[in-house]
Amino acid sequence: MNTFKIGGVHPHDNKQYSAHQPITECPLPKKAIIPLVQHIGAPAQAVVEKGQQVKVGELLAKAGGFVSANIHSPYSGTITKIDTTIDAWGMKMPAIFMDVEGDEWLPEIDRTPDVIRECRLEPKEIIDKVAAAGIVGLGGACFPTQVKLLPPPGKKAEVLIVNGVECEPYLTCDHQLMLEHGEELMIGIQILMRALSIDRAIIGIEKNKPDAIARMRELALKTIGVEVKPLKLKYPQGGEKQLIDACIGRQVPSGALPIEVGAVVDNVATIYAVYEAVQKNKPLISRVMTVTGASVARPGNYSVRFGTPLSEVIDLAGGIPEDTGKIIGGGPMMGRAMNNIDMPTNKRVSGLLFLPESESRRVEPENCIRCAKCVTACPMGLEPYLLSKQAQLQMWDEMEQHDVMDCIDCGCCLFTCPSHRPLLDYIRMGKAQVGGIIRARQAAKK
Amino acid sequence: MKLILISLLVLGLTGLAAALLLYLIAQKFRVEEDPRIDQVQEVLPGANCGGCGFAGCRALAEACVKADTLDGLLCPVGGAPTMEKVGAILGLAAVAADPKVAVVRCNGTCEARPRTSEYNGVRSCRIQHNLYVGETACPFGCLGCGDCVAACQFGALSMDPQTGLPVVDEEKCTACGKCVKACPRNIIELRKKGPKGRRMVVLCVNKDKGAIARKACLSACIGCGKCQKECNFEAITVDSNLAYIDPEKCRLCRKCEAACPTGAIHSVNFPARKPAEPAAEAKPAQEAKPAQDVKPADTAQTQEAQA
Repeated sequence: MNTFKIGGVHPHDNKQYSAHQPITECPLPKKAIIPLVQHIGAPAQAVVEKGQQVKVGELLAKAGGFVSANIHSPYSGTITKIDTTIDAWGMKMPAIFMDVEGDEWLPEIDRTPDVIRECRLEPKEIIDKVAAAGIVGLGGACFPTQVKLLPPPGKKAEVLIVNGVECEPYLTCDHQLMLEHGEELMIGIQILMRALSIDRAIIGIEKNKPDAIARMRELALKTIGVEVKPLKLKYPQGGEKQLIDACIGRQVPSGALPIEVGAVVDNVATIYAVYEAVQKNKPLISRVMTVTGASVARPGNYSVRFGTPLSEVIDLAGGIPEDTGKIIGGGPMMGRAMNNIDMPTNKRVSGLLFLPESESRRVEPENCIRCAKCVTACPMGLEPYLLSKQAQLQMWDEMEQHDVMDCIDCGCCLFTCPSHRPLLDYIRMGKAQVGGIIRARQAAKK
Repeated sequence: MKLILISLLVLGLTGLAAALLLYLIAQKFRVEEDPRIDQVQEVLPGANCGGCGFAGCRALAEACVKADTLDGLLCPVGGAPTMEKVGAILGLAAVAADPKVAVVRCNGTCEARPRTSEYNGVRSCRIQHNLYVGETACPFGCLGCGDCVAACQFGALSMDPQTGLPVVDEEKCTACGKCVKACPRNIIELRKKGPKGRRMVVLCVNKDKGAIARKACLSACIGCGKCQKECNFEAITVDSNLAYIDPEKCRLCRKCEAACPTGAIHSVNFPARKPAEPAAEAKPAQEAKPAQDVKPADTAQTQEAQA
């Protein structure tokens, strides 16, 4: 069985709480707030006005640049205002406020449960449909998908890698999606292969999901060019560069995109969204998210439309457990503790994790004992102990020389450190600084 | 005996030859340098804080020696006396500059700003700022981890455990500006010390609309503009819901302090007000007093009504 070669750690996967819970629809809220920033890149520009009536699937905001994404209305109702709201970390973000009235969909959206297999569209048409539907990478980074489907001149995609790894502990939404919507996924994969004009796709799944591996294998037998690759358990296998290494044994060079080695990586949730957009004309207006934690009353996988306040999803899962010390948006490794549970759900939130008070405290850091465990664990081959010290001493140039921009924020260094040093905190801060310096330099060049 | 003599002789001659070689090389590659640079550096404080805008004291000394006038060259640590000494060495007139002091523009004390979360990460304002809004709901205010205290080379800053805010020791502060750069939220400003150290400042940098700012912090500037109306010298401007007092125009009448409904404007180093004041001045003072004591909700409502 394959895995990536450098670094990695083995956190307990804790998926037992919400695994195999069927995907449940979250009821519609009365009032919804739809953020205009749900992706990496420029914020979307609102195209609706106050007082306007919209139906489900109508365009609310169009992409604000090449790297940006359209946002569609997940509800039918009236736009009450376009203002700012508070995000999960207390900062302001632009958003559209809506009163939800009924559930009226645009007529062209196919809401039947039938699986539509046939796709005769040209690659260009598929890419246009994906772009119009506002699809972004639902694995966490929220990078607009159509940008990935348009390789830069001179580069050619050779293989589509499907990310069904879900290496984050606790999260089970992708797992459940593979079990319940495997057939649609296969069609989505074929659509993307058509869009990229390639004939090979590999689905990478970690071996802690044997039923998903079996199901996808069974479907792959009937599909030409698709192969299922069971992978050894290791975090962060779901990282783009790690997954490429694990699946096809190629290493993406520092600072380059996966297309450099001929690979395009997409998450299973993204591919399901592509299927719905291309075959059913349904834009990206909802996603499956996991609500989990040791003491959550009804942990599970919930399909939520964007803009539903997180508090309503929490109520559906049985409310906030009493012993909660920290609520994390996403998984425990890469997710961030949240400050505001009234925040609306969006394309980014893949899970909600309730950690009990006893597990949410940081351990007091001690001196570095030079064990180099962090160096061994870093999947990008960096030296976390050095980078964190440089960040502490504000040595930004040196950090850049030591490739801090390659850091993927996976948190392996912090996880493995026996002295509990806050390595990632410092590196992330340094990365933000160095990123700012690099952007300023590029702007000056122009 | 002979052996000792020979070894001494050999070593001595080798040393002499090496010294000669070094001397000749030093003569050949000598760098001509203005001797006044050393003299100027001698009178500078030698803290190498960079407050002057140069890389260190040596760099400032070089700049002073090269310059035709001392205009714009100032050692904030040594201040006027040091610059006079520098001027005396170079035969230039020292340009007088107003002494400045660092001012922490946040008065969101623990009572005024209720905590909404608990920060458990690294004690660093910069990291906390990159991560989220902070322990209170104010996205502009002091984070209280003391990056500025750590940056100060002169021990002029300390955290007040009562308020959770940094306090500037005006005696020790040299206005070098290190803390200004260290603060990720740009709260600290170098302001003119003012006559007898007296000055008026808006101790808030919150640019949110009044209602939001007030919700996050009881003593936030809500941009109501009352101080602006009260000011007779056009010293106060209100920009994006935040008042700013121009120290050049301010005449220290203290009317704005009394007018401020949230107590965001502070007067510093003034003697305590006399209990019995002349009738003409008593009126605004009495009006203002209850406003400061009123419960937050009431004031916020009146503010909204007025807006």
